[in-house]
Amino acid sequence: MTRKFVIKFPAEQTGDSLTYNLIKKFDIRINILKADIDAGRSGTLLIELNAEEEKIQAAVDYISSQGMDISPVETKIKLEAEKCISCGACTSSCLSGALSISAPDWNLRFEPEKCIVCKLCLKACPLQLFKIEFSE
Amino acid sequence: MRKTYEEINEKIRRGQAVVMTAEEVSEMAKTMSPKEILDKVDVVTTATFGAMCSSGAILNFGHAVPGIRMEKIKVNGVPVSGGLAAVDTYVGATDCDERNPKYGGAHIIQDLIDGKTLELEAWGKGTDCYPRTHIKTEISLETINEAVLFNPRNSYQNYNVAVNTSDKTLHTYMGTLLPKMKNASYSSAGELSPLINDPECRTIGLGTRIFLCGAQGYVAWNGTQFNTSKPVNKYEIPVGNARTLAMIGEMREMTSRFLRAAYFEKYGVTIYIGVGVPIPLLDEDLAHRVSIRNSEIETSIEDYGNGGELIGTTDYASLRSGEIEFQGKKIHTAPLSSLAKAREIADMLKTWIKDGQFELTAPVRPMPTDTAMKTLKEL
Ligand code: SF4
Ligand code: SF4
Repeated sequence: MTRKFVIKFPAEQTGDSLTYNLIKKFDIRINILKADIDAGRSGTLLIELNAEEEKIQAAVDYISSQGMDISPVETKIKLEAEKCISCGACTSSCLSGALSISAPDWNLRFEPEKCIVCKLCLKACPLQLFKIEFSE
Repeated sequence: MRKTYEEINEKIRRGQAVVMTAEEVSEMAKTMSPKEILDKVDVVTTATFGAMCSSGAILNFGHAVPGIRMEKIKVNGVPVSGGLAAVDTYVGATDCDERNPKYGGAHIIQDLIDGKTLELEAWGKGTDCYPRTHIKTEISLETINEAVLFNPRNSYQNYNVAVNTSDKTLHTYMGTLLPKMKNASYSSAGELSPLINDPECRTIGLGTRIFLCGAQGYVAWNGTQFNTSKPVNKYEIPVGNARTLAMIGEMREMTSRFLRAAYFEKYGVTIYIGVGVPIPLLDEDLAHRVSIRNSEIETSIEDYGNGGELIGTTDYASLRSGEIEFQGKKIHTAPLSSLAKAREIADMLKTWIKDGQFELTAPVRPMPTDTAMKTLKEL
């Protein structure tokens, strides 16, 4: 399974040693999605962990034991609706049915609760109106 | 009964013209004959809002002192044509710098219309009459001379439906095409589309006044790839892309509500253009033509996963239902052009005509009647 986390770590820690440890100790595939490091101060990492549930849990425990703050993240797709022209191009790749367009009004309808975050709409919208948003 | 352009215009001037959108008239036709429609309605408005790559803007920047013969030109970093006179250019909608493929000519056009200031940089070799060799400055619609949208090919009469039978996802100008025919995309306003309602161009010709991106523009010529020899169905509608229109209009009267820069993944920059065309009901034949319904408009299914092979036909009522049945499979359909926007345009044009702000023009020259498409041969 794949889960996303935000990690806040103090200045003395670096992302590199963390990544190394996770791979080495827990056999977890780690993907750094975003890194914000404030020179000399604290930093934030957005990571994706890919492994079995128990391994992920063990890794999360390990990270907190190292004095870092780790919390799970929810990924959401966000649409800039005011710019949408209701062309419908995004609906062809949305197999979950979260994006739909139909009679009578033919305006794009977005039902986020149906979204499975497959991200296909990001490339399908010719106006690039979809963004990924992470929230804790 | 017959009506002339002058009679209709007289009614428009008196605020008495009866105007309906093509969708409204198609609905009316369920219970009324063409003769009754002709008696009742004077003008039918048609519209479309779709991606049309063959679009662009003619700009004249004005001369600097000393002057420069601009031979290489960049606007906001996008190389545009240096192939016209000293300070003229043509910004093609698909122009772009390959290092920044998501911002191109279409974005320049939209930014100008939105009133933004853009960077202009140009180079020339320096001549006796234009000694300057380089200039870097800023432009906006306020600082330049002419700004005219001129689109060599818009408003296709019908268009093929795109599917993909291959086993990998394709990113095309028809949008994302999922493998093994998991989706089908289409791009026509169907019964609301201009050239579907006057399929032989009886009223649409050179000089026809139209709605172009919010401005009153004109049909400038037959569009490129104008093709009158496509097979037609029993309702005399070409089954697939056929006729097209070239159009022209003042950019300063346009709004990005009806013109939008776009980027198709792995394809490139293009532009969404809003077009509205009024069709005067001069006689019963035209009243019959504008009554056309989505179920009567057929189009070809083209396989983009196999070199564009035509593999079947369907109609717009089926496409609009959200699913077509083809080769025993149910295929999810999605549009690519905006019907919501097209309706907004048809309604706006209807209001203009009803309020006496927009009169109709008879063509200065009709469209060609005998054209076919040539292909490019390799040596
Ligand atoms: S991420 Fe996938 S499921 Fe969610 S809206 Fe986009 S295409 Fe639909
Ligand atoms: S593809 Fe983009 S512009 Fe078109 S309907 Fe979807 S969100 Fe709107």
